[in-house]
Amino acid sequence: MVEFGNAIDVAINRKVLALCDAVSRSKLLGVEECIPTYRSLLMYYEPSKVKYEQLVSQIKGVEQRLDEFVSQMKRRTVVVPTAYGGVYGPDLSYVAEYNHLTEEEVIRIHSEKEYAVYMIGFIAGFPYLEQVADEIATPRLETPRLKVPAGSVGIAEKQTGIYSMESPGGWRLIGRTPLKLFDPSWPQPALLRPGDRVRFKPISGEEFEAIKNAVLRNTYSPVIKEE
Amino acid sequence: MKVFRVIKPGLFTTVQDLGRRSLQRYGVPVSGTMDAFSMIAVNLLVLNQSGDAGLEITLLGPELEVLNDAQIAITGADLSPTLNGQSASMWRTLNVSKGDIISFGEIRAGCRAYLAVAGGINVPAVLGSKSTFVRGGFGGFEGRPLKTGDMIEASKPPSPFRVELSMPEEFIPHYENKLTVNVVLGPQADVFTDKGVETFLSSTYTVTTKADRMGYRLEGPVIEHKVSPSIISDAIPPGAVQVPGDGLPIIMMVDAQTTGGYAKIAVVTTPDLSRLGQVKPGDTVRFSRILISQARLRLLEYQRTLSLMETRVLRGWDSSLS
Repeated sequence: MVEFGNAIDVAINRKVLALCDAVSRSKLLGVEECIPTYRSLLMYYEPSKVKYEQLVSQIKGVEQRLDEFVSQMKRRTVVVPTAYGGVYGPDLSYVAEYNHLTEEEVIRIHSEKEYAVYMIGFIAGFPYLEQVADEIATPRLETPRLKVPAGSVGIAEKQTGIYSMESPGGWRLIGRTPLKLFDPSWPQPALLRPGDRVRFKPISGEEFEAIKNAVLRNTYSPVIKEE
Repeated sequence: MKVFRVIKPGLFTTVQDLGRRSLQRYGVPVSGTMDAFSMIAVNLLVLNQSGDAGLEITLLGPELEVLNDAQIAITGADLSPTLNGQSASMWRTLNVSKGDIISFGEIRAGCRAYLAVAGGINVPAVLGSKSTFVRGGFGGFEGRPLKTGDMIEASKPPSPFRVELSMPEEFIPHYENKLTVNVVLGPQADVFTDKGVETFLSSTYTVTTKADRMGYRLEGPVIEHKVSPSIISDAIPPGAVQVPGDGLPIIMMVDAQTTGGYAKIAVVTTPDLSRLGQVKPGDTVRFSRILISQARLRLLEYQRTLSLMETRVLRGWDSSLS
């Protein structure tokens, strides 16, 4: 495991992602899989092909050119259409009340920021996103729900995230996206990748249902801007 | 070719192979067999590839009706397998015929038995593997454990040669209720006090009933953290031993979540993961510290054992043909 600092920070995370990219592209001897997280990179290697010390020195070689790799990284912005409130986000009113805001203000504050995807984990396809503005931070539910529908957008303290699969969960649900975040039949099974940026776009219930139908018929292409 | 009809599914019987690689960065666990050694061995005994899919059978085995003549083998835990009510040999090729009944009984040793059929079990590969990931609902047989009425297919009919192979005694593991596994300390051993690390390495831990393919919760002396058990979430490899706030270790297994926020005091070495796949609630585990260089030598030794096993088993094939 290669560690970069001890903080949740976009600049640190980009170094992790750049090293992951560089290691995958330069096909370091013996390296089989890389898992980038907030501030560290876990690498699997085959010890019959390379010794630990050799691997470390190879990685140090790549690390010297890390700034170059960081500057070459492409950034994608993925638009996540989200129906806020009502049946889609049953906790929106609580989040508004808790923060002495209107529901509209919570939606505006949540959707006007772009969130970096630090890493994918916890459940398949789940993005760990950059933090929300302080004004809408809200504690978790006291008793987690047994079933949170896939696509639910939640807040837990300053974290925000999207449930990629139906699962139990204690986050405050403020909305839901009709997009599929994870599908094992896709060759790359997750919609979002570490390093992407996510922008939530408020949509109505009718738009939610229309997009959902298109997603089910496989006729909807998510809006992804490559930079 | 249809080979089995499931009469009773057993406690938790799933289709597994050697697992799903290169997708942990998207949150997809490795899954696959809990005991790779027994899975490789069982495939070898029916002349399959080591990565072919077989059945992983947990504690209480299934009852299967054979639908077509086939060659099978059973390795791993001794769950008292029977063929038409008569005790069936493990660790060797068995010829079964249409109408035969394969069943299991008392748990004699270990936790998970492996059943392979010549040709491998025919299920679609999902994300490059035939392994079942039950929590995700995909892979293996419809993404779930087997249930009554399921029809299991082999990818191809058995070879007409009907070669019978057996495992030399020296390769057959003996499962005990007390296991010591080798660990490499870290990546967050520094989150624990020296006393905490000492406790971890010198104590005997008991596997609780909260033990499944995701992980094993252990009970025993509390491991002391310096301040907090939390870290900034990072990657969890199978075999990682994480210690949450209650100070009791959890060994993360093949279906574990790929990332998490509890400090990992150590990671169990690869050859010992197969042995861990055979422990069950009530068994005890101790942790023995080794260095990365020693872990590498042991892994190379394990890989040599696997290739020696293959040579020795296939020698039986050569001699039966000549």
